This record gives sequence, structure tokens and C-alpha cells, in this order.
Amino acid sequence: MSAIVPTASQSLTTQGRLGRALLHMALLAGAVLMIAPFVVMVVVSLIPQQAFLARDFSPAQYSLRNFVETFRVVPFGRYYFNSTVVSISVTVGQILISSLAAFAFARLRFRGRDTLFLLYLATLMIPFPVTLIPNFLIIRQLGWYDSYPALIVPGFFSVFSTFLLRQYYRGLPMELDEAARMDGASSLRIWWQIILPLSGPVLAALSIFVFQAAWNDFLWPLVVTTSADMRTIPVGLNSFVGQYSTAWGLLMAGSVIALLPVLLIYLLAQRWFVEGITLSGIGGR
Amino acid sequence: MTVQSPRPSWRRWRPDQQWEGYLFILPSLIGFFVFIILAVLFSLGISFSDWGLTGFRSWVGLENYHALFRDPIFWRALRNTGFYLITIVPSQLALGMAMALALNQSLRGQGFYRLVYFMPVVTTIVAGAIVFRLLFSTHGPVNGLIEGLAALFGLGVEMPNWLGSTRYAKWAVVFLTLWKNTGFTMVIYLAALQGVPHELYDAAHTDGANAWQRFRHVTLPMISPTTFFLFVFQAIGAFQLFTEPFVMTQGGPANASLSVVQYIYLAAFRDIRMDKASAMAWFLFIFIFIFTLIQNRMQRNWVYYEASE
Repeated sequence: MSAIVPTASQSLTTQGRLGRALLHMALLAGAVLMIAPFVVMVVVSLIPQQAFLARDFSPAQYSLRNFVETFRVVPFGRYYFNSTVVSISVTVGQILISSLAAFAFARLRFRGRDTLFLLYLATLMIPFPVTLIPNFLIIRQLGWYDSYPALIVPGFFSVFSTFLLRQYYRGLPMELDEAARMDGASSLRIWWQIILPLSGPVLAALSIFVFQAAWNDFLWPLVVTTSADMRTIPVGLNSFVGQYSTAWGLLMAGSVIALLPVLLIYLLAQRWFVEGITLSGIGGR
Repeated sequence: MTVQSPRPSWRRWRPDQQWEGYLFILPSLIGFFVFIILAVLFSLGISFSDWGLTGFRSWVGLENYHALFRDPIFWRALRNTGFYLITIVPSQLALGMAMALALNQSLRGQGFYRLVYFMPVVTTIVAGAIVFRLLFSTHGPVNGLIEGLAALFGLGVEMPNWLGSTRYAKWAVVFLTLWKNTGFTMVIYLAALQGVPHELYDAAHTDGANAWQRFRHVTLPMISPTTFFLFVFQAIGAFQLFTEPFVMTQGGPANASLSVVQYIYLAAFRDIRMDKASAMAWFLFIFIFIFTLIQNRMQRNWVYYEASE
């Protein structure tokens, strides 16, 4: 129970009812503000340019013409494909690599482990702009500029994910490993058959978090791609703004197309989204 | 925080796990050394050299850093970033906390509110920026709404062309950022509020504390570690603001909304001055580092940790 509102037993009093009504009004106003940009986006995307210029937003004007036109002038199919390939690869790769390292940091005993882990943690402080330029030069040196490896491979490595999983793995009882070892199981087998199955919820939450971060990432794909064929959705959408800066119907149709998949997944898996992002926040504390 | 003192048996190294440990870490370690350790050293090197289109030309010592202090656009970007910091961070914390307090109770439509408040967080920021360009255009919905409301009260107001104004373009960026990120603050606060023990409120209630006193003396101290975390986290985010001004205003007009990271991007990839851009990135790093250090010192005065009492 929150502290600034009456408790349930008081809620039948007049004062309680008034408080509730005011609270609902404030919450509703907030909801309207949050949702208004989405409504504007959808409405304008349905209005043809002439009607928009005449400020005629009546439903009689609604048509899907902007969507047809957007798909004609912008290779959104390709952007979708790129974003899907990149986001899924980054998520799977990052979770596997981080999980392997986290398992060793949490449950194997080797010399230099704690020093190395401290070095990992120390780099969490480094802001992204510091590594942006050298990583661009490294990618170009590797011959990966404007290619899938440039978009995917650097995303495999995350100190944050490693740290988060290590914390979780440290919390699992050590007797599990010892018993399995007694039965002759290798470390790889312990990781795959005992630790991974036990970390289902944390892996699901982290995967959603990594996926949406990769899907929405903008600066890195902007820097390492140049051809339209390699653009992800945010970068493609941004180049579209450059070409059609005042064709609002088309821009909004493009935005709707870009948002639809993430918002659909969000509506279906809201709990996991919120958990993934909460986990990222609390894990980072 | 993270390296607890483990049981003694866990501390001892196992001979059979020496190479195995490194084998498990190897994939991660390669990426860590290339994309983080090598990159950081590389970046530092570039910032001390003359580095143009063709790569390394010569060492120049601190010249790139000296040049920064003479660059009025860099100061402009620094001031803008400071503006973003002091406008965005406090309002985001206050709004997020208010939303979390309101939603942390049984309430009809609670699920709906949470769904809606969090929706912008998962939105691609580029799409959000495009809509806000329309919302804040001269004859756009925001101006139309305010002018319409003012007219109802018989007032004639002259609304600005937000994105074309050196004074107001920054505010449009602030509103976009608040819309996008407040849901995140709310969700983290909600998690913190759910961790406050009921007994504390019951006890305060018995002692005759009113709603405000319960908030001031129970809720606020109990969630202060979260406030501290969010404050530092959001401040670091504000220091590194990029996409919002990049898509919405392109930093304009006349660099009025240009952020530091945006200027780093332009220096590196438009002007191909990797050396200058790297020096700026390091300047920003040092700035963030000192800021975080000061906050860490100051937290002792206002953050309440149950365990340490």
C-alpha cells in the first residue's frame, strides 16, 4: 500500500472517494499524454497528403495509400530482414558467450579468475562514445565495414550480461556441481544440463532485454553501414526522414511499420519486457 | 557489492580447472580484449595524435585537448548537455516516482496504466523523434492545442516554432526524452516500493503519522538507494544523449540543441577528425567519472541502507 493514498479500509469515506477520483483523473491524463503520440502517428499515417495539407482529418479520408507508397519508395522488407537477423544473432550469441564466461567466473576455480572479473567490472564505467571510434576503425580494418559481421559480432560481447548472469549463477547451490562431478559429468555438461535449465526466467528476461536493445540500437548501425541493403529499421527510418522531411503521411506510415513488430511483441509478452528491463536496472545497481 | 568473501572451499583453486576456466571464458575474453581493452587504448592513442583521413600522421601530445577548449561549438555542446542533465534527470525522477506511487496499490485499470506508461520505453526512438517533430512543428498539434485552450479563455498566445528556435529546440528534445524514458523510472521505482515492508507503514500509522509524514519518513528513505541508482543512471544517460537531438533537430538551429555525443559523431564521421572526436570522448569520460565519484561521496548524506544501520 502506498503511503500517500488512503488505505483500503478508508476508501469508502467521502474523502477517500474524492481522492480516488482525483487519482484516476491524474492517471488518465498521464495515459493520454503517453498514448497521444501513437494516436497522432496512426491517424496521420492514414491521411493522404492533400487532405493533411487541408487539415481534413475526417475518417472519410482514411486510406492505406501512404503505406503502399512507403513500401514502394523504401525497402522496408529488407530493413525488417536485417533487423531480425541482427537482433536474433546478437541475442543468441551474447547470451551463450556471456553465460559460458559467467559460469566460469561463478563456479570454476582457476588462477586469475577474480582479477580478471574485476577488470571486466572496471570497464562497465567506460561510456560508449569512447569505444565507438576505435571499434569503427577495427571493424574497417577487419574488412567488415557495411556487412552483417559489423552489425552482429561486437554485440556478442557484453560485460553487463556476463556480470548479471554471474551474480545469478553464484546464487545456485554449489552442491549441484559437486554431485554431478561425482557422477563423472564434465563442466560443459554441468553448464548445459544443470545451470542453463535452472536459469530459465533470468535467461528469458535478459534475452528480451538484449533483443529490444539490439532492435532499437541506432548509433552503431548508423556508423558501420552505408548501403541501403545493410540498414536496420532505425537507420532506414532515419534516412527516410532525410529524403521526405515534410511528407508527414509517409513518415508516419514508416514509423508505424517500424514500431508494429516490437509493440505487438510487447503487448503479448509485456510481463517479460518489464521484467527484463527491471532486471537490467536492478542488476546494474 | 559484487565480490563477496566466499566460503574457503570456493576460494581454493582446482588444478583440473585451470585451463578449463580459461576455455569457458575464451570467447568472451577475445571480444573483451579487442572491442573494449584494445579499443580504449587505441582511443587514448588517437586522442594524442594527429589522425585524419589516412590514419596516423604524428604524435601531438595534448594538442587535441587544447584545441577543444578553444572550440566555441564544443562549449556550446557542453552547455546544452548540461541543460539536458538538469532539466531531464530531476523531472524524470519526480514523474517516475509519482507514477509509481500512484500505481503501487490495488486500483482499477492498474494493468492498463502500466501498459501505457511503459509503451514508449520499448519504442524505437527514431520513430518517437519523427512523431515529436510533427507534434512540435509550428502549426502542429502541441501549438494548436495550447492556442486553442488559450482562445477559450480569451487569451491570444503566440506559440514558437519550437524546432526552429534557438531558445525552444532544446525543450522539444527534453519533452521527447521524458516521454520516452519516464516509464523506465516508474518500473524501477515500482519494484523498489514493493520491497518496502508493510509493518513500517502500520507502525507509522499507529504512531499517528499522516499520509505525508509516512511518505516523507518511511517511503522516501526506504527507496533512497533506488533514487540514487536512478539518479546516477539517468545522469550518465543524459551525458550521452544522442539519438533524440540527432533525429529531431539535427542539433540545430545554429547548434542550439547539439549534444556532446552528437558533436563527437559529427567530428568523427562528417569531418573525419578522429583525433578531435576521441579527445572529446575522453573529456566526456573524465567528466562522467568525476561526476559519479562526487555523487558516490555525497550519497552518504542522503541514501539510507538498511543493512549498514
